[in-house]
Amino acid sequence: MSDRFISIEGIARRFGTTAIFEDLWLGINRGEFVCVIGHSGCGKTTVLNILAGLDAPSEGAVIVDGQAIDGPSLDRAVIFQGHSLLPWRTVLGNVAYAVGSRHRDWTSAQVNAHAQKFIDLVGLTGAEHKRPAELSGGMKQRVGIARALSIEPKIMLMDEPFSALDALTRGTLQDEVRRICQETGQTVFMITHDVDEAIYLADKIVLMTNGPGAVLAEIVENPLPRERARNDVHKHPYYYAVRNHIIDFLVERSKMFRAENAAHDPRHVPLVRPGLAAPALANATPEDGRKAASA
Amino acid sequence: MTLSLPWRAAIVSVALFAGFLLIWHLATRGTGQVQQMSPEYAKLMGITATQGKSAMPGPLDVGAKLWEHARRPFYDNGPNDKGVGIQLAFSIARVLLGYLLAMLVAIPVGFMIGMSPLLNRALDPFIQVLKPISPLAWMPLALYTIKDSSTSAIFVIFICSLWPTMINTAFGVASVRREWLNVAKTLEVGTLKRAFTIILPAAAPTILTGMRISIGIAWLVIVAAEMLVGGTGIGYFVWNEWNNLSITNVIVAILTIGLVGMLLDLGLARLTRLVTFPE
Repeated sequence: MSDRFISIEGIARRFGTTAIFEDLWLGINRGEFVCVIGHSGCGKTTVLNILAGLDAPSEGAVIVDGQAIDGPSLDRAVIFQGHSLLPWRTVLGNVAYAVGSRHRDWTSAQVNAHAQKFIDLVGLTGAEHKRPAELSGGMKQRVGIARALSIEPKIMLMDEPFSALDALTRGTLQDEVRRICQETGQTVFMITHDVDEAIYLADKIVLMTNGPGAVLAEIVENPLPRERARNDVHKHPYYYAVRNHIIDFLVERSKMFRAENAAHDPRHVPLVRPGLAAPALANATPEDGRKAASA
Repeated sequence: MTLSLPWRAAIVSVALFAGFLLIWHLATRGTGQVQQMSPEYAKLMGITATQGKSAMPGPLDVGAKLWEHARRPFYDNGPNDKGVGIQLAFSIARVLLGYLLAMLVAIPVGFMIGMSPLLNRALDPFIQVLKPISPLAWMPLALYTIKDSSTSAIFVIFICSLWPTMINTAFGVASVRREWLNVAKTLEVGTLKRAFTIILPAAAPTILTGMRISIGIAWLVIVAAEMLVGGTGIGYFVWNEWNNLSITNVIVAILTIGLVGMLLDLGLARLTRLVTFPE
């Protein structure tokens, strides 16, 4: 496929004799928003760390923009689960640290001006000189987002960025991340536990089975239109089809997936597009899914 | 109306101090036995024997002596009679010199130990053996090799200030949060810049705590070291006044040692507060 921007090719990660996952294949197109859902301990974070270059696969490779990755890169920004801001720096200092690492030849005035632009973008104007300890959880995560965006990466990697926030803050930040990613055409790889969050944000939702020995069970193509609004997204006729499909998977199928699907080919993970009729079929094959979608 | 806690604490402190002075005064007021002796002999014996005055100075004697020293802290009447200010200056200079040399070694070495698990394990046995050695045990060896008493005292300060700072630096550097290091990694920050922009500020509070312990130990040790090497310094002053049987001066010296130690500690505590960050 020519438009593949990120290509995960048969990666495995083992600690001693236990394999977290093996033979994992996944392609992500440019500008796509991909969410990964799976139970704790299935290796989602390990996949993200490998994509970030913070961890190396025991086998296989990840190719980004035609090049195998080898360590961390400024092209791939990470938004960590804990905000991981540097507590001795101010908001501006934290963002400027990233900008200065990207543009090493800039003067500090240039760096600060660029950082300020992204602080404004995430709605933190006026809080530039506060330290992380003085910010609420939501504001801290905004700084993390501003920091990741400020280096203008090719890919954003997010590890449960909103899981530590209260529901209201989470909602606003989701809206903002969605807006910013659409405006800038970001390619995003995001890990989440929250099914509704995945449906609201993602173009594709990757379902991962339980570890150890986790596999990508299927890729759910989000049937909702790309233009979606928080207030009526759940009224879309396909919303509950997708939601039920994912929850069925998490509750029932993720545990026994490997035993029940001996023919599963990790290289060609089935693409499912749940429609109105699909969720009734718990063991929908990709063909069923496609049929349902076209129906 | 109740006063705020600091005020109430201050009142209790002052009351305790006043009570202590009163008991001290009453305890040293009494007169002992007076022996009859010839006037010539009485001149040699002093007022303890002739008038029965307590041999232990009272708070008023010490206060008067303190005032005397405060008025003339820097007089110099020859090698055995120098003002307390001069003696303190000698001691502080020795402590600071030995301490700064120790910091120049301890912080970089501690940094390397903290960053390298190999060095950490390789150097651990040496540190564990060297750390518990009383600094004064080094004194004969220092005197024998350096052949200069004043430099030996500085060496003893150096060796005793070394360990707390080195161990704390290594610990602080080794326990920098993984996520902060990951931030630097994903931003492709080089090793040297990472050491100065992430590890140093993150470990600074721990390093400063080690430095604070070090200066405390250095100030404890200098008094003992100067008693041994003699010549100058507040430790020598204490020993000299003991040989003069001037208990008043010994008490004055004890007081000033405590005050200077407190000031050194306060200075480092303030520095620690500067680099501490709330999380």
